[in-house]
Amino acid sequence: MAVVSGKAETHRVIAPGETAGSIDDAVLNPVLAGPLRTPTWWWIGFSIAMAFLSLYLVSIVVLISTGTGVWGNNVPVGWGMPIINFVWWIGIGHAGTLISAILLLFRQPWRTSINRFAEAMTIFAVVCAGLYPILHLGRPWVFYWLAPYPNTMGLFPQFRSPLDWDLFAIATYGSVSVLFWFIGLIPDMATLRDRARSRFQKILYGTLCLGWNNSARAWQRYQRAYLLLAALSFPLVLSVHSTIALDFAVAQVPGWNNTVYPPYFVAGAVFAGFAMVLILAIPLRRGFGLQKLITRRHLDNAAKLMLATGLIVLYGYVVEAFMGWYSGVEFETYFIFNRIFGADHWWAFWLLIACNGVAIQPLWFRRVRQNPLALFVIALIVSVGMWLERFVIIVVSLTKDFLLSSWDDYVSTVWDWSLYLGSLGLFFVLFFLFIRLLPAIATSEMKELAHHDTLHGSDDDFEEIRQRYHGEEVGS
Amino acid sequence: MNEKLSIKEIRERLSDKTGRDYWRSLDELAETEAFRDFMDKEFPRQAAPLEGSWHRRDVLKLLGASLALAGLGACARPVLPHEKIVPYVQAPEEMIPGRPLFFATAALHGGYAEGVLAESHQGRPTKLEGNPDHPASLGATHALTQASVLSLYDPDRSDTVLEGGQVRSWEQLTALVSAAVENLDQGRGLRLLTETVTSPTLARQISDLLARFPEAVWHQYDTSHGDSAVAGARMAFGRDIATSYHFDQADVILSLDADFTYSGPGRLRHAKDFASRRRVRTADDGMNRLYQVETFPTTTGSLADHRIPLTPAGVVALAAAVAQGLGVDAPTAALPAGIDQVWLDALLEDLNAHQGSSLVIAGHEQPAAVHALAHAMNEALGNVGRTVRYHQPVEARPEDHGASLRDLAQAMNDGSVEVLVTIGGNPVFTAPADVAFGAALDSVSLSVHLGHYLDETGTRSSWHAPLVHELEAWSDARSSDGTTTIMQPLIAPLFGGRSAHELLAVLLGDDASGYDIVRSYWRGRVEGDFDDFWRRTVYRGTVAGSEAAGEEPSLQPFAIDIPEETDLQAVFRLDPSIGDGRHANNGWLQELPNPFTKLTWDNVALLSPTTAEQLGVANEDLLTLSAGGRDVEAPVWVQPGQAVGTVVLNLGYGRTHAGRIGSGLGFDAYALRSGGEPWSTAVAAQPARGRFKLADTQTHHALDGTGERRHIVRSGSLVAFQNEPAKPHFAHPVEEHESNLYPDYVYESYAWGKVIDMTVCTGCNACVAACQAENNIPIVGKDQVRIGREMHWIRVDSYYKGDIDNPEFFSMPMACQQCEQAPCEPVCPVGATVHDHEGLNAMVYNRCVGTRYCSNNCPYKVRRFNFLQYAELGTNATELSLANNPDVTVRSRGVMEKCTYCTQRIAQARITSNNEGRTIRDGEVVTACQAACPTDAIVFGDINDPNSVVTQTKTSAINYTVLDELNTVPRTSYLAKVTNPNPRLVAPVEVDS
Repeated sequence: MAVVSGKAETHRVIAPGETAGSIDDAVLNPVLAGPLRTPTWWWIGFSIAMAFLSLYLVSIVVLISTGTGVWGNNVPVGWGMPIINFVWWIGIGHAGTLISAILLLFRQPWRTSINRFAEAMTIFAVVCAGLYPILHLGRPWVFYWLAPYPNTMGLFPQFRSPLDWDLFAIATYGSVSVLFWFIGLIPDMATLRDRARSRFQKILYGTLCLGWNNSARAWQRYQRAYLLLAALSFPLVLSVHSTIALDFAVAQVPGWNNTVYPPYFVAGAVFAGFAMVLILAIPLRRGFGLQKLITRRHLDNAAKLMLATGLIVLYGYVVEAFMGWYSGVEFETYFIFNRIFGADHWWAFWLLIACNGVAIQPLWFRRVRQNPLALFVIALIVSVGMWLERFVIIVVSLTKDFLLSSWDDYVSTVWDWSLYLGSLGLFFVLFFLFIRLLPAIATSEMKELAHHDTLHGSDDDFEEIRQRYHGEEVGS
Repeated sequence: MNEKLSIKEIRERLSDKTGRDYWRSLDELAETEAFRDFMDKEFPRQAAPLEGSWHRRDVLKLLGASLALAGLGACARPVLPHEKIVPYVQAPEEMIPGRPLFFATAALHGGYAEGVLAESHQGRPTKLEGNPDHPASLGATHALTQASVLSLYDPDRSDTVLEGGQVRSWEQLTALVSAAVENLDQGRGLRLLTETVTSPTLARQISDLLARFPEAVWHQYDTSHGDSAVAGARMAFGRDIATSYHFDQADVILSLDADFTYSGPGRLRHAKDFASRRRVRTADDGMNRLYQVETFPTTTGSLADHRIPLTPAGVVALAAAVAQGLGVDAPTAALPAGIDQVWLDALLEDLNAHQGSSLVIAGHEQPAAVHALAHAMNEALGNVGRTVRYHQPVEARPEDHGASLRDLAQAMNDGSVEVLVTIGGNPVFTAPADVAFGAALDSVSLSVHLGHYLDETGTRSSWHAPLVHELEAWSDARSSDGTTTIMQPLIAPLFGGRSAHELLAVLLGDDASGYDIVRSYWRGRVEGDFDDFWRRTVYRGTVAGSEAAGEEPSLQPFAIDIPEETDLQAVFRLDPSIGDGRHANNGWLQELPNPFTKLTWDNVALLSPTTAEQLGVANEDLLTLSAGGRDVEAPVWVQPGQAVGTVVLNLGYGRTHAGRIGSGLGFDAYALRSGGEPWSTAVAAQPARGRFKLADTQTHHALDGTGERRHIVRSGSLVAFQNEPAKPHFAHPVEEHESNLYPDYVYESYAWGKVIDMTVCTGCNACVAACQAENNIPIVGKDQVRIGREMHWIRVDSYYKGDIDNPEFFSMPMACQQCEQAPCEPVCPVGATVHDHEGLNAMVYNRCVGTRYCSNNCPYKVRRFNFLQYAELGTNATELSLANNPDVTVRSRGVMEKCTYCTQRIAQARITSNNEGRTIRDGEVVTACQAACPTDAIVFGDINDPNSVVTQTKTSAINYTVLDELNTVPRTSYLAKVTNPNPRLVAPVEVDS
């Protein structure tokens, strides 16, 4: 272990003096360590996550054996917590691909140390999200009817429905994300194979690295494939959540029928995604002692993106309210009034503003952006805020739509919450398995970075010079 | 013990048992010594373990052997009863499998007949439709009639003769009763208690009984009986006279707290006649005018042009004031709060201007004095013989039921009752609290209860026997105008019940069947060929020329008292759904939302907003009410438009022995009710601790603010319509734009459409109940209603407008609007809801995966989702599923459903017309809601046919579609509600509060 936790904080994208060997040691040793040397915190976290995963399974059994009625959904609120949670998870699953693909294409070197686990987070979030629409069906066992497949009944899905677009959007996003993640893992698998300490590891990583031989040709092919996939993923980042947004924008429910939704949902997704990246990265770098690889610079950049996307989201809220009023349509004006001031749910809206609008304002300050604890707390608040945003959009809009006679309230049940907590369990079980079995940081890319840093100096040196010039404390 | 049991003998032994028995009884079989010997001899190693302990491997081996032996057992021929079944080689006449047959019979309400046509599928009645030839139905049905099919199949109905809880046979009962009655001296000590009897056959049997046992006494008790109408007629005319009202002749109507379209004899006819003078299509159409004073909003009152909430005492005072104004000798009374002289003068002027075409009607629950005054007013207005017809009583013996029951209880307490035979009814539950009928009943040594359920009376009587349902037995009954129906059974008694006729025959020392009893009664009364008469009459559902003979009674002077106003007056009413409690175990009725309150599954203490404010209570708070030394705790519901200082309590709840559905719901309002003041009494109210959760199907919103700006309900006065006959502003408040990106789809065959006339819709729920019966709509229970999951395909939305103490009421039946550009269709990912070539928005249950997106996107929120397995399916199904309509799919969990415009009826008409090589005629397809509607507020038909009634109706200038700005182009449109207020009272009357 090259770095001890709590030591040597830097705001470079990689701490000075890191070598290929030190990076491999830092990242791969915990993976290759024998089961008995697994850290205690991992066992504790994994056990808690497993407990919640069991809750998830129980909730699913109860749901399927009893029916959708175990939840609080009703008429008019046909979609309640399950869809809120679905959109919430999909949003979280956004930052991964954004970091991997878009930042790669824009040549942002700071992405390197966080892209691997951000991608993993994306995939696990998509798994959690993707199960929700299926479980949400009245008859989950026929979910495949949404897919176009040849059948003797001559039936096809109805392609005008945004729900069908969802199916394709999520399936495409999920499969491309898995592919991208796996390709990125190949060189690291080879390193793991070479450093493997047991036969099991040799076979496992030897198989997964697909015969990587570290030749120049392999590297050339690999980087070309990686770049191509990145280019392919780029539009997906924008399309997935736009499609989810269309679930609402296409409907005519006041509060759903908004053309601003696709871009605003994408911004919200990136916002939520970076919050989740921080929620995962801050404990991870401390737990595995990776402060030299996931540096304050990373936290700072993630926080900046959070701030930027958060402001876009806030703009979305303002535009929505303005449009509701400006439309002059009774249903829209009433809906926006009800969302903001209505007796039943005003608290949700204002709490949402507090979480997503007010809580991110400290991020204007570098000191906050580089304070892991403050960032962790803000990221948690943002995650709650983004959940509330979906609650406000889905539930509050549906409770009071067109005919006064059909207005009704929505009350979630214990099974709504158990499925949600359970899906968190599923996510964290997968995540704990990931950080134990696979390198959470892309070592091959980090080594490239370290190599570049050693031979050519870093852009980050400029920052140090700047700080000295302004008389600031270096590394603050 | 057989020493040598051979395989053959064992096989024989096994063959006596069925396979299932065998598995259970192997041990038993193995335990026999003979079997052990046999095993020892043939399979020595296997036999050993049977004596010792069991080992896992041995158990497994034995299981295998058991399976093999079970197979052997199956080789034996099962012992089945040898019965022959006979296929329809020669099918019964008229019977076409898959096609229902309709039989005329009658549904009884308070003893009065309402003619129905019962739909029978292969001998299984599934639905009741009104009999258009019957004067008390004219084709319409009441919600309670619709639900009666469910009661027929109620598995909680009583099915055995019981003596103190012990099962007995009908023969044991008849032997005992005959002996007991024969032992009485001239029948002294024999008492017969029935409900209202209009049946000529039963009346004849009772008079025979009284002739045979001169000392026997016949009592009648039915909570719903119009005691005060009887007393009022006696007061006004000195004898028993019945009244029929002809609303089709009346232009100005004064209703003194009479919910004449919803309750009481003749209600369906009243509704139909009343609506016939009120239908407005063009500005040239005339309208009648209804002045209604009433304690709380009723369905009839919601249509009134002038409606004033009055306390019970206020109604009497107003009746006296109006009577005096019309020249009737009545005491002078101060005008009640809420009525001013201007209003009274305008009313008097209006009535006087319509001599002979006005009508004054007193409510069922009003005291005799108001009935007498109404008679006098009608006389003074020259209405008798025109809008009001007097005739001989229809009831076998009109009397004061309250007094009759009190006499009986008195006699029982005195010990002078030896044998009490109760036929129908549930007096232990429904008797006024001060009569203490249950306690009196305990002192009778032999009490026999013939009832539908083992209810409060059945369990407290010494003997109980099951009573047949109306659809299970022969009988006859008369309607409010006297027309007699011979009621035919649609099905053999499901639970082995007996009819009232059969029990009376036993008392008469006879064991004739119901069929013979009814036939023999009529045989003596028919001239000419009896079989011909019988066939025609039973077929038609009415006995020709059986109307009650007219009477021309003369008024006699009478004196009345005007009651004092009290601080808080309790007003008792039969529950609009479950009546006096007799329908408590009917799930359809429990879940039928009460008019205006939209409450299900409970009764409440209804308070006016002002009274609730004074008492400091709100909805779902508990209130302790006490009267006559008794008290009950009731949840509060605030009802706009109710008279200040009143608390309305619905009877019928608080049952303890209703059945699995109806027991333990609500509170028992009978506890406050005394025989002397059956419908209204002074009470004291005290807020109690705690709250009680109620299940209503609609949250309540007044039509102001956003409600008004949505233009959901549109209404205006006839004068406003006349001022703008082409396009009245009230019906079209916003400029409409035709804007479609794509050309409209052209419907080349039929295009089904519907119009709902809000001017005549009373909100009586008949359509809701009819739809439930027609379309196999399940009930969901109180908890599910509370969280907004009721399944009714059609609902009646209630809206209020104006002053909270006296608002205007609107009822808007809301079902799937069958939008031409339906928002539900494009959002379904599997195409489970699609448009058909006739413009129906069809729902494909089998394809539905249950995303509920369609429901979210439906602006009318008329789609219903099976959140749980609500319908009875598979092995969980009870007898109730027999009431299902075989033409309609029973939906399973997880699928969406909604109104189909009764597509099964359209399909039936299409098949018939295709077979006959013609197109479907206008009026050939009648939806279930339309058929039931007593006011013909629903019109359905082909809008591609320019001559159809529905197309003609849609050309009306007051025709509009709800939420038309969304451009969903609904096929269902509404006619704006038109009222006809007195021009002298156009400024709304303020209520003093």
